[in-house]
Amino acid sequence: MLRVIVRRLLQLVVTLMALSALIFIWLRNLPGGPVEALLGERATPERRALLTKALGYDQPILVQYGKFMQRVLTGDFGNSIRTGDPVTEVISRAFPATIELALAAMIIAVGLGVPLGYLAARWRGRALDNLTIAGTLLGISIPIFFLGYLLKDVFTQNIHWFPPSGRLTTGLDNTNVTGFFVLDGLLTREFDASADALWHLILPAVTLATIPLAVIVRITRASVLDVLNEDYVRTAEAKGLRHRTIRGRHILRNALLPVVTTIGLQTGALLSGAVLTEKVYNWGGLGTLITDSISGGRDYPVLQAIILLAALVFVVVNLLVDLSYAFIDPRVRVR
Amino acid sequence: MSLLDVRDLSVVFQRRGERPFTAVDKVSFTVEPGQTVGLVGESGCGKSVTSLAIMGLLPKRGNKVTGEVLFEGTDLLRLRPDDLRDRRGREISMIFQDPLSSLNPVIPIGIQVAEVLERHQGRDRKQALRESRDLLDAVGIPDPQRRLSEYPHQISGGMRQRALIAIALACKPRLLIADEPTTALDVTIQAQILTLLKQLVDETGTALVMITHDLGVVAGLCDTVNVLYGGKVVERAPRHELFAHARHPYTHGLLNSVPRLDSPRGERLHAIRGSVADNIPWAEGCAFAPRCDNVVDACLEGPPPLEPTAGGGDLRCNNPVSEEVAVR
Repeated sequence: MLRVIVRRLLQLVVTLMALSALIFIWLRNLPGGPVEALLGERATPERRALLTKALGYDQPILVQYGKFMQRVLTGDFGNSIRTGDPVTEVISRAFPATIELALAAMIIAVGLGVPLGYLAARWRGRALDNLTIAGTLLGISIPIFFLGYLLKDVFTQNIHWFPPSGRLTTGLDNTNVTGFFVLDGLLTREFDASADALWHLILPAVTLATIPLAVIVRITRASVLDVLNEDYVRTAEAKGLRHRTIRGRHILRNALLPVVTTIGLQTGALLSGAVLTEKVYNWGGLGTLITDSISGGRDYPVLQAIILLAALVFVVVNLLVDLSYAFIDPRVRVR
Repeated sequence: MSLLDVRDLSVVFQRRGERPFTAVDKVSFTVEPGQTVGLVGESGCGKSVTSLAIMGLLPKRGNKVTGEVLFEGTDLLRLRPDDLRDRRGREISMIFQDPLSSLNPVIPIGIQVAEVLERHQGRDRKQALRESRDLLDAVGIPDPQRRLSEYPHQISGGMRQRALIAIALACKPRLLIADEPTTALDVTIQAQILTLLKQLVDETGTALVMITHDLGVVAGLCDTVNVLYGGKVVERAPRHELFAHARHPYTHGLLNSVPRLDSPRGERLHAIRGSVADNIPWAEGCAFAPRCDNVVDACLEGPPPLEPTAGGGDLRCNNPVSEEVAVR
């Protein structure tokens, strides 16, 4: 087991190195750039050359990359071109917001998706099943930004159930401990802040959850249908076991194996979905930061760091999924 | 009163847009306490469906079960699902064909045995596991304490079937239904499992319904044998009677198709011509008629009734094999 983890971590390092090179080259080849953004279109060529030199962008790309990697290895991602703040600081402010949003979305997707998928399979061909299939199709097809604005319009403009944007009501003071506002409120016993953060969280989380929810419902349904036909479920019935024992111990435990894998793969969808969702709800997480950094003049240092971080999150989550697989399915352990 | 009295049990599979298919057609048979009864026939003759119908394990939709299954006088088919659930695994148990797929791959063997005891005997986990170890020991699994925490893929096929037998017999049921319990096993293991089953039912007085296509299994175990063809019982006889004087051409053919070591070298094996798919609906005549060597006109005019024979059994045939013609 330990060997597997070590091997996977080494793979992770190689993946991140390769990815960092790709991002570096790709970003530098985007049209526009920090120099144009900072100086505007009508700057003189002399001023441009001066700034390009000052930022070090006149050097060969390999040299730039070498310097970048050298600093990254010491934990220094440079300063944001846009604001001048250290990148690590900018990101550590935004990162918890995105994680909080993504976790909330995943809780909704799994908490709703697994039971729905199970019921749809159990009542295959009935009304609930058909409704679920239609609903998941809609959930997968509907663009996030469209759904986001739709929900926002309905629930914040027409009926004022939820706040339209942000993570906290302006003026409400909360103590920042972890950066997860709901959790912070609980830790510091500022329960009003917790409730307020949760209230702000619901709409964005629902928006972000739709695609993973639809996928998880589908996978669970298909997986439960497979397991229902397994001989060991018949054995469990022949033993006269109670429904809930059969459901929990014999059906779901086996049916959830593919679902767990799906959860890992959906991390990617969640991260890209967060960019759009955060834009709609002005969430102030990595998604907001990424859009601002691109439109606000190709803030190379910030963009490089965010993309690397996203990749790191994706790979780590999938590593955890693989490891959890070994705990759920004993057959994986031995091999 | 018989322990199990199956009366006119029929199972009709009906899917939307398809013609209904009668898998089991008015099958009747009885099992006395402690008796071993065989249900014999080829694949597709309805023997497994019969057993699943008795246990109430057929899918809830897409089939219609009629008739009566009287277990100690109670009709299992009319029992509330929860009441039947209370009896399954406690009074009636079942073991299945493929021991690997019949055990849950992600749960230790010990829990799979213990959960029956927890459910029906009200044992707590610790006590149930202790008893499970003794049960595994009783069915001849070596090092039972270690097996408790092992998973099905870690033990051999024979041990898996032994574990399933331990599960089935955990609550000392009065009836055990074994659906081809040795088909998926090596020949050497088959004999061990059959010996074990015989020994256990003898010791505990459990009645056994043995479902098999293997006449060797029948010869070694069963008191009474029911031969099924096309969902109907075509011949029923005490074991010795059946092996000495099979009257139905189908039974006769089955017995003759068993290869024998003492037959002359180079002799062709006997087979029943055609396949089980060649049968005709019972409504039109004898289902076996298209494959039968003894077929007469009456066979195609309507199904022959099941009638008692002089030998103490029952027979459904217009032109049975003469009693003098012994099985080869």
